[in-house]
Amino acid sequence: MTTSSDEQDFRYYGVRPNWQWVDFTELWRYRELIWTFAVRDLKVRYRQTAVGAAWALIQPLMTMVVFGVLFGLLKSQPQASDVPYAVTSLAGLIPWQLFATTVTAATTSIVMNSNLVQKVYFPRIILPISAFIPSFVDFCIAMLMLIGLMIWFQIVPTWHIVFLPVMVVLVMITSLAFSLWLSALNAIYRDIQYVVPFLIQTGLLISPVVYETAAAIPPQWRWLYSLNPMVGPLEGFRWALLGLAPPSLISMSVSMAGMFLLLAGGMFYFRRMERFFSDRI
Amino acid sequence: MSDTVIRVEGLGKKFKIGSQQPYHRFSELITGLGSAALNAPKRWLTAKPSTSQESPSENPNEFWALRDINFEVKQGDVVGIIGRNGAGKSTLLKILSRITEPTEGRFGIKGRVASLLEVGTGFHPELTGRENIYLSGSVLGMSRAEIKARFDEIVDFAGVDKFLDTPVKRYSSGMQVRLGFAVAAHLEPEILIVDEVLAVGDAEFQKKCLGKMGEVSKSGRTILFVSHNMGAMRQLCTTAILLKEGMIEIESNDVVNSIDCYFAKHDERSSNDLSLRKDRSGNGLVTIKNIAVRSKCSNKSISSGEDVVIECQLKAKTLSHFFLAIDIYNYLQYKVCQLNTEAATGRLIQSQRGEFTITFQLDALPLTQGKYTASVFIRANGDISDWIHNVHSFTVLEGDFYGTGRLPPDRQGDFYPRFQCTITSSQD
Repeated sequence: MTTSSDEQDFRYYGVRPNWQWVDFTELWRYRELIWTFAVRDLKVRYRQTAVGAAWALIQPLMTMVVFGVLFGLLKSQPQASDVPYAVTSLAGLIPWQLFATTVTAATTSIVMNSNLVQKVYFPRIILPISAFIPSFVDFCIAMLMLIGLMIWFQIVPTWHIVFLPVMVVLVMITSLAFSLWLSALNAIYRDIQYVVPFLIQTGLLISPVVYETAAAIPPQWRWLYSLNPMVGPLEGFRWALLGLAPPSLISMSVSMAGMFLLLAGGMFYFRRMERFFSDRI
Repeated sequence: MSDTVIRVEGLGKKFKIGSQQPYHRFSELITGLGSAALNAPKRWLTAKPSTSQESPSENPNEFWALRDINFEVKQGDVVGIIGRNGAGKSTLLKILSRITEPTEGRFGIKGRVASLLEVGTGFHPELTGRENIYLSGSVLGMSRAEIKARFDEIVDFAGVDKFLDTPVKRYSSGMQVRLGFAVAAHLEPEILIVDEVLAVGDAEFQKKCLGKMGEVSKSGRTILFVSHNMGAMRQLCTTAILLKEGMIEIESNDVVNSIDCYFAKHDERSSNDLSLRKDRSGNGLVTIKNIAVRSKCSNKSISSGEDVVIECQLKAKTLSHFFLAIDIYNYLQYKVCQLNTEAATGRLIQSQRGEFTITFQLDALPLTQGKYTASVFIRANGDISDWIHNVHSFTVLEGDFYGTGRLPPDRQGDFYPRFQCTITSSQD
């Protein structure tokens, strides 16, 4: 071992310990690359589709119509409030869409970029992180439509609206937590990409998306229901935007605790598995 | 010691053989999680790095692509890594560029590293040339500002200024390669790791790339590269590392000697019975069984200017019309000449079923001193019948080609031409 003074300029790389925290300083140095990947994906998507950004509107609108008709035929009441169904369901569908598209895109992000993963080094965590930006652009476009609808129905938001960004951030963090787990798993076990659409579909039904919690879930089962980490942020989103019933403190804290556990676990798990990406992809 | 920039200590990489599946099954995840949970407390207690726990016993399902690699690289060195396919060259570059992790050992690096393991890293076919320059540049580690500053130079180098706003998918493959290399060539890392990128592109472009690499090395930056282009190696490298089966066989500042050693390894197998060779192509109508190159005067060595005989033993399955071509390559793997029976006689050879020998006689061998390898190509009844590369290798010793009683100067070209020189006075 040399002990010369230039030794400190050397950065050593070898066998890493199994469990490691995300290297945030390195991630910060690579921040431009996150943006580069996001811009690439946005450009490619809009260049290959005929109506481009309109898909961000068509998807939630169609889902809203389908469920609106379904609830009408079943003569069931998905609402506890008197806000028009179009508005209350979109206020669930649009944040849900943010979650669903982020997780779907992030799951395949490592595999889709396998040629890069095998040919150049960068913190692999950049891939699932950058997958959320195009979804966020869609979310913003869809929000414009929702705001237009609220103006049309003359719904004035209350002061709760100041909490809206908090709720959006909560949705994003939940998405990131799922993204880390699923993208790392999918790189090693390709079964995951077939599981995710099913998971999203089920999630739509067990979260307050096309219905309001108060109208659909019996009070004695609410505690079980709020184990779903998306329940808190989605209820909070409606509360902040439309001034509906506030999310229960229990469901909010359960959601958040679960989410942060999932996120921290996801970070460790991703770091553990990323060592094998280039060999096994 | 202050100018060492790469220090490799006991590096090794192990792969599992037989896991043909590119990914693992879900059931392995479940069992894997279970055993991880069971082992975790033990690991925490012992708190040793996981490598030292591995027993040295050899598992037949494992294979070491690299083992016990130790070397140092000083600033400004140009290190060429040579070795056969599968010797571990690419694995070594992948570890040093941090794409994959070693199984044991470690390496230290001082300074900014850029690795070029393919041309056009990060290119997306749907995006335009301009967008791809930014994309590839930032994937390779340049900041947006740096790319902007060098944008015009890059476009100039690639020669694609007319097609900047055309999607790259409409580029010819040559243009894609040029654009890819142009981006890479304008990286300014302290250490550059390059794998085989010179193998693509036309001759003129290769020259341009070599020129650029030479420029980079002259500016005091360090280059590590793998190539089969021995000419480039000789021209650029200051150090050569010869890998064999995952171990360093030679590390030397004498690049020429290392290259000779590399080809000497090739010789070992080539004097055997050719019917055992599997690395051949063709339908097998007429095949080569043996080839021998010998001097008419002595049986052992061949020298320039001697009369030489090449004997090929062939075997034909049926009546066939064929020609036989022997390509001769010099030690840099450049083709020097071809002995083609059809070209020399103007017609095909007709043969019956059975074995026979074709003898080539070369009067006054014009090849200069050095190592040569030959490959054989047979086309029978209009189809490729047999084709083997590196079928034979032979050494030509220096000889008095011109019959002057003196040896011609060493290593001046590949062959000696016969010529006349006369002197005419230029006064009218």
